[in-house]
Amino acid sequence: MSKDETLGEALRRQGITRRGFLKFCAATASMMALPPSMVPAIAAALEKARRPSVIWLSFQECTGCTESLTRSHSPTVEGLIFDAISLDYHHTLQAAAGSAAEAAREAAMEENYGKYLLIVDGSIPLANPGYSTIAGISNLAMLEETAKGAAAVVSMGSCAAFGGIPKARPNPTGAVSVGDIVKDKPIINVPGCPPIPVVITGVLAHFLTFGTLPELDALGRPKAYYGQSIHDRCYRRPFYDKGKFANTFDDEGAKKGWCLYKLGCKGPTTYNACATTKWNEGTGFPIEAGHPCLGCSEPDFWDGGGFYKAISTPTGDVSKAAVYAIGAGAAAGLALGAMNRARRDKAVGEHEKVNIDDLEKGD
Amino acid sequence: MSETELLLWVRGPALQGATIIFLLGIAVRILEILMLGRKTDLAEARGSAVAGGLRTIISRSFAQRETLQRTAFTEVTGWIFHIGIFVTLLFFAPHILLFEEVLGLSWPALPTTVIDATTIVTIIALLAVLVHRIANRVTRFLSRFQDYLVWLVTILPMLTGYIAFHRVGLSPPMLIAIHILSVELLMVVFPFTKLMHAFTLFMSRYYNGAIAGYRGVNS
Amino acid sequence: MSCMNDTHVIKVEAAASLTHNVQPLLHEIRHALARLLDDGGHTVIDLRSLPLAPGEEELLLDELGQGEVYARLHALGPTEVVETRYAGVWVVVHFNNDNEVIGKTIEICDIPELLRSQQEDIRQGLEQLQTQLLEAST
Repeated sequence: MSKDETLGEALRRQGITRRGFLKFCAATASMMALPPSMVPAIAAALEKARRPSVIWLSFQECTGCTESLTRSHSPTVEGLIFDAISLDYHHTLQAAAGSAAEAAREAAMEENYGKYLLIVDGSIPLANPGYSTIAGISNLAMLEETAKGAAAVVSMGSCAAFGGIPKARPNPTGAVSVGDIVKDKPIINVPGCPPIPVVITGVLAHFLTFGTLPELDALGRPKAYYGQSIHDRCYRRPFYDKGKFANTFDDEGAKKGWCLYKLGCKGPTTYNACATTKWNEGTGFPIEAGHPCLGCSEPDFWDGGGFYKAISTPTGDVSKAAVYAIGAGAAAGLALGAMNRARRDKAVGEHEKVNIDDLEKGD
Repeated sequence: MSETELLLWVRGPALQGATIIFLLGIAVRILEILMLGRKTDLAEARGSAVAGGLRTIISRSFAQRETLQRTAFTEVTGWIFHIGIFVTLLFFAPHILLFEEVLGLSWPALPTTVIDATTIVTIIALLAVLVHRIANRVTRFLSRFQDYLVWLVTILPMLTGYIAFHRVGLSPPMLIAIHILSVELLMVVFPFTKLMHAFTLFMSRYYNGAIAGYRGVNS
Repeated sequence: MSCMNDTHVIKVEAAASLTHNVQPLLHEIRHALARLLDDGGHTVIDLRSLPLAPGEEELLLDELGQGEVYARLHALGPTEVVETRYAGVWVVVHFNNDNEVIGKTIEICDIPELLRSQQEDIRQGLEQLQTQLLEAST
């Protein structure tokens, strides 16, 4: 596929009919969480879109994000998205390795300077840059160098977006997010551990279709997918509102599919598309499978006070603090009380008694 | 500080700190009162002090008929918001989880719709009580800064809790953080203000009843 | 899973009656049908964007049922188009080449756009036919 072809031309060259193209646009619209009424606009935009160059850097990550993206998708439509982009560098997926691969990356960067899309998954260790390197280049150096010519940066997954599991207490590698290092480029955070695959391709589809970044929330996440909390879209919400909760994983409430708040569900404070878009092509999501939401698309969810502790419970040890407080208070109270008594007794002792003679003396 | 960090701080160190101030303050004040004790009554006992004391703890909850006629408004609204506060605090499922975590005890919850309605009624009663305090010449004259402060720290958890449950205005993590912060404010202010009445009422009612009961009279 | 014995499998019963999405959706379809008669306006409902409880989608599609038309397209993978028992209410399900669902919509229209032959494809078909006939005559 030549880089100068538009997407529309490329699809036609591959023998895809207009009808096929419309199906592609409908699926893309659904993927981007856009209303079906936008399909004509998407068709018009995709018709004229040019193939962006994409460089994908993987740092301190578990490769779950790449797995999420590739595992559930060998489908034609999402595959087309990837045919539509020019994935010039992805060290897990590409065949090349070593200096040849790095040379390819540098060539792509130079050729498309200022216009390529940089996707990053994994966090960056700062405690010692040597903790994570590729071809001898530290993650920090590679990120800083590659970000310079990028049009935009996509932080794929919670590690790149917020630091993720490497950043969890005590953060031995000094892991930070992409946003902590890159300050002068637009960044889209696509958090999740991993993110829902269609969210990943949807963000790419948006960039491909409109050439711009989608609307972002205060944490830099696309509002199309992260604009609603799980709680506000959860099908078990009526149970929460009626106060019907599962107490354990196998009690009556659990079997009836009641709300998982008591089991530590972080749905109320988590923003993601799990409740509507779901996972595995709409099969389900954790709550539907009976497990409370972990809040994996929120910052610091690993240190968020325990996966199985409800949001209304304290994260610190309040019982211990209470015992110490009562103990200290009792001691202080007894001490102060004793002081008060001493003062009173002293005052009683110093109380000068007056008798009739003293009174008459004054006359 | 991001919202998540704020919420974690509020649920963590801030709650521990507030609990320490709360319990330490209450323990100190109660012990100070108890240690000063009462003067020994040198007269011969004509009735039971203990019985009188215990009975008065209960009986003082209900005003005498003549008093009630003059203070019906305060009495009724007072009952309403006190019961409302206890019901919302103790019978809302997420709160029970908090107590379970800290005290190890748990009890059945009331349906969330009931709690929701109770919250509204309590807020209305609290507002009515403030209006009365300001409108009535005597109470207005007697009211000091502390009275208004105590009213504010009491209504804030009810208001912020209602808003947090209904998730309007700010983002849900922020609303929950503000609600917990308002409770922490109440806890920190508690031992230094009239809110101590929650504990001292038992002692003052007992003393009054005991004094009278010792003398063999009804208090 | 051979390692699981039945007593450990927790089955969750669908509580669709409590989540109440089916009736409102049917009403939305009703309004869309009225609009279709009124001014011919098409409506498309993306089923994947709705928080449906387990079992609700089946309930909805069961209720809509199957009418007189069943069409199967093959464009970038199969697509099934069914007219429900309510004329003008179509269910369109897009699959990819691995038979995974990539789109599911309810379309209220006289015919889904995808079933129509597209102008460009017709033009291309005409060219092909012309070439074919030319070659056959020589």
